[in-house]
Amino acid sequence: MADALSRAAEGLRAYGLIVAMWVRSTMAYRASFLMMAAGNFAATALDFVAILIMFSHVRTLGGFSLPEVAFLYGTTSTSFGLADLLLGNMDKVGRRVRDGTLDTLLVRPVPVLAQVAADRFALRRLGRISQGVLLLGWSLMRLDIHWTPVRLLLVPLMLVSGAAIFGAVFVAGAAFQFKADDAAEVQNAFTYGGTTLLQYPPTLFATDLVRGVTFVVPIAFVNWVPALRVLGRENPLGLPPWADFASPLVAVVCCALAGLAWRAGLRSYRSTGS
Amino acid sequence: MRGPGAGRATRLLRFVRYEFNDAGGPGMRLYAAVALSGFRRYATYRVATAAGVFTNTVFGFIVAYTYIALWNARPHLGGYDRAQALTFVWISQALLAASALMGGGFEDELQERIRSGDVAVDLYRPADLQLWWLANDLGRACFQLLGRGVVPLAVGALAFELALPADPLTWLAFLLSVLLGVLVGFGMRYVVGLAAFWLLDGAGLTLLSSLLGTFLSGMLLPLTVFPGAFGDVARLLPWSALLQVPADVLLGRYHGAGLIRALVFQAGWAVVVLGLGRMVQAVATRKVVVQGG
Repeated sequence: MADALSRAAEGLRAYGLIVAMWVRSTMAYRASFLMMAAGNFAATALDFVAILIMFSHVRTLGGFSLPEVAFLYGTTSTSFGLADLLLGNMDKVGRRVRDGTLDTLLVRPVPVLAQVAADRFALRRLGRISQGVLLLGWSLMRLDIHWTPVRLLLVPLMLVSGAAIFGAVFVAGAAFQFKADDAAEVQNAFTYGGTTLLQYPPTLFATDLVRGVTFVVPIAFVNWVPALRVLGRENPLGLPPWADFASPLVAVVCCALAGLAWRAGLRSYRSTGS
Repeated sequence: MRGPGAGRATRLLRFVRYEFNDAGGPGMRLYAAVALSGFRRYATYRVATAAGVFTNTVFGFIVAYTYIALWNARPHLGGYDRAQALTFVWISQALLAASALMGGGFEDELQERIRSGDVAVDLYRPADLQLWWLANDLGRACFQLLGRGVVPLAVGALAFELALPADPLTWLAFLLSVLLGVLVGFGMRYVVGLAAFWLLDGAGLTLLSSLLGTFLSGMLLPLTVFPGAFGDVARLLPWSALLQVPADVLLGRYHGAGLIRALVFQAGWAVVVLGLGRMVQAVATRKVVVQGG
């Protein structure tokens, strides 16, 4: 146990060092960084502009008002943005397998996961997080929520758990690329697709789809399940009340499974030899 | 690099030399060969294609449900009924890769060749730089229309009630409109690519171009739903030729003279952006010193 903990600490330390190096490198071109961060902000903001245009035609979407949708949007964007910032470059694993540069990472005395996750760390992704946080703040000001300590606690809890769940998806997707090194785009369906899905109220979607993202790929725990409690709405699947607090548990299980998948993927790796 | 085999590249090069010596200038056969190699290059990555189809289909479902809610609340919004709105969703997923609605395809590669100085080799070739990349991009678009367009549209048609036309002529007009859209898209991306002659890092401009393409092509929401004057302007911009016009052609919103007008609108933008590309190319190759060792 102590051994595993010290290895995890060592991995985190290495991750921090590599990230710091990339941040210094990014800051060498400060104007370029600011432009890319603004672009990252605008790219996600346009998604919300589309939602605003929708709401210029209707008062509610699936029974949800604009501030309520903004709450869903802000929570998932913030969670996804955090995961994307910390682990978003893991979809490059397939390319490293193809061109053989993964071998270089294997001979270094640092966990491969830490190296791959920190590789080309893209600080510009703060743009997405800040857009999510701004919208979340705006929605909290506009919403008339009866705040109880429980609801107040649920908001930060779902942001952190949501980031961990999306992080697990990134790691699992990267592990899958050991099997199919060209299939990087599959994980976009779960990462970008997932956050797009969670921006909208669950009432819009077919029950089977909601069941699928609750029980099979449990991204519903990123925000839908806990957010419905905060907004004082019924869960469309009729989940028991304790499920509203299950996000951290789901996140831990997802991370453990993703870790196992990553180990299995890395063990199955055969170098191209070229 | 895995990709077009080295043997194929050598054959192509031999072919280029042959054309040069024989005819004194590049012929249509050269560009046909380049287009074919563009097609084959993308056809090589079967798993990547399947992955793309999967992602397009997942996004199609997500967007389709949001449109159902919107059109249930506001039937006939933007002049579409529900089936037409859903058809729009699946057309946009089907054209996403082929028409490079979010950018991509070749401009990164062109910028990299300009940055590294390899473009000097390209300019030495007995072929026109713009036509070379255009042929290459048409080959890519052709593969992606087949490889990444057909399946999502078919899945959409199976899962939802769509308003697809029965008249083969409408489909033909749609294909022509898609081709014109690809030309407009290529023209704009080519200018973005050439900007690397002046900007050492073209990433910012590429990002801006992809943002404009995503939003103003109608991929996030049909341009007919955009409010007021903003919508009127958006429908006149070149990006509407990429998706909005082809989708409206397939939905049978244009007939007779209206259809001709829509196609002329696209062709006009194609001429403008391709002409702009030629001008930028002329300035770039005359005035800019290519770096390299």
